[in-house]
Amino acid sequence: MTATVTRPAPPRGPRRARRPGISRQTREMWVLMLPALVPVLLFSVGPLLYGIGLAFTDARNTRVHQTEFVGLENFTRLLTDAEFWSSFQIGAIWAVSVTVLQFLAALGLALLLNEKLRFSGLARVLSVVPWAMPPVVIGLMWKLVYHPDAGMLNDLLGTHINWLADFSLALPAIIVVGIWAGMPQTTVVLLAGLQNVPKELYEAGEMDGAGTWRRFWSITLPQLRPVIVAITSLDFVWNINQFGLVYVLTQGGPGGRTRLPMLFAYEEAFRYRMAGYASMLGLAMAIVVLAVLGLYLWRQMREAK
Amino acid sequence: MRRVLQYVALVAYVVFLAFPLLWLLSTALKTPQEMALTEPTWIPREPTLANFGDAFGEQDLVGAALRSLVVALFASVITVLISLPAAYAMARYRGLLNKVAIGWVLVSQVFPFILIIIPLFMILRDLDLVNTLPGLVVVHVTFTLPFALWMLQGYVRAVPRELEEAAAVDGAGRLRSIASVVAPLLAPGVVATLLFSFISSWNEFMFALVVLQNPDVMTLPLTLVRFTGPEGVARLGPLAAASLMATIPSLIFFAIIQRRLKSGLMAGAVKG
Repeated sequence: MTATVTRPAPPRGPRRARRPGISRQTREMWVLMLPALVPVLLFSVGPLLYGIGLAFTDARNTRVHQTEFVGLENFTRLLTDAEFWSSFQIGAIWAVSVTVLQFLAALGLALLLNEKLRFSGLARVLSVVPWAMPPVVIGLMWKLVYHPDAGMLNDLLGTHINWLADFSLALPAIIVVGIWAGMPQTTVVLLAGLQNVPKELYEAGEMDGAGTWRRFWSITLPQLRPVIVAITSLDFVWNINQFGLVYVLTQGGPGGRTRLPMLFAYEEAFRYRMAGYASMLGLAMAIVVLAVLGLYLWRQMREAK
Repeated sequence: MRRVLQYVALVAYVVFLAFPLLWLLSTALKTPQEMALTEPTWIPREPTLANFGDAFGEQDLVGAALRSLVVALFASVITVLISLPAAYAMARYRGLLNKVAIGWVLVSQVFPFILIIIPLFMILRDLDLVNTLPGLVVVHVTFTLPFALWMLQGYVRAVPRELEEAAAVDGAGRLRSIASVVAPLLAPGVVATLLFSFISSWNEFMFALVVLQNPDVMTLPLTLVRFTGPEGVARLGPLAAASLMATIPSLIFFAIIQRRLKSGLMAGAVKG
């Protein structure tokens, strides 16, 4: 025991360690990884595989139910479920519009903050605040803003609209909240990217007589590209999987007009107890997300070359 | 002219970002009588802190805050304790396991929660952990772990390997060299990860909603949402006050890391 502890660890490069069979290094690595590996396998990887399996059964979320394998039955049901398609459509509108608008708004703010204007300190602090707030509080706060009687927005516009209960306005209303809530991360990441663009490029551009607009298109955007691709991909994934914020704001209402796919799946699983069907829904969404992401990243990479 | 436009845009951003916050603050400071007016006022006529007091009496908010605190403390400490050795291994030895771990960190971002939460709920139910705080701690640890691991291994990597080796040459044992050389340099990173895990758990809503269905064990975010019943506007004041108080831990966290946020953490994450 003491011998192993006091033995000085020889400096070893990765090349030297590979030679002897299962080296001490490998053993050490496993021992160090184990405490983290067990909970991840037990409560994360395991459930994920179990969940994928459930998608092909008629599992019910109750204690007494004989679960049977049903093959692709859940999938065919999903394809013919009008409620799912409307939820899917709402999810697509939500995820795409929030991601795009959030990106444009954040890019504008990041460019302004990079200009070192006066009072940009205030904007800088404010741009981080939504990040620091619990999603539930963001939802409740905007509920107060949209409140039909005591809300700020109706007072400001002189209207009497119940924003979150209006069939055509509820979705745009929550999209605004989504942009507000997600802008900070995107802004901070884009700002960090902007500050990494070499100054010499702008100097050279100026010497060649390129105007502001031209410099933006030919220097800033191409230089930012990897950052933009990374953050918009992440934003898209976060947005399509959004749950808490919208649950607090509308619970999917009115009449399912803001029922994002995750809210739909949650209802299926925990209100109607259709565990198998909800799992298939989750699986289908995962595949859609991976496909969209794959296509997007592939196109970006091809264009970058 | 260009400057003017820039300032106009900046003001527009500030307005968009700040107004919901100011409205929340204004609502929290209004009396019930003022809330009931048909024309809402912007600046409370008789600002009152009564709502903050009332919030404490409402719906067991104090109990919920305490439960949130307990869950967040346990979840963050356990997360850091089990991810620290793994982060060290990921940073120091590069092997297959290391690649798998990084892969998992990425995959865990993409998969929708519903695919994991249904079976997890069933497992927790079989273990009789549904409606219990330990059950929620388990879930929070599992889902904070990937990002905590990612953060920590970055901090370990920042500690030069040569320092450890120098200590070894000086005759310090492996554990000794880790304890006396690596640990002090790693302390700020550990604190940052601890804070991050604490805030993740404190703010978390989705998993809590599934795991805790009994009002007696609900955490703060759940209790706040239950607050918004159909009872009308009279209780919006205490609700706003409680929401503000629920944000305090995160604000402290961001105040601490604010300076490092822009340059350190995110720049590193982007550069990869």
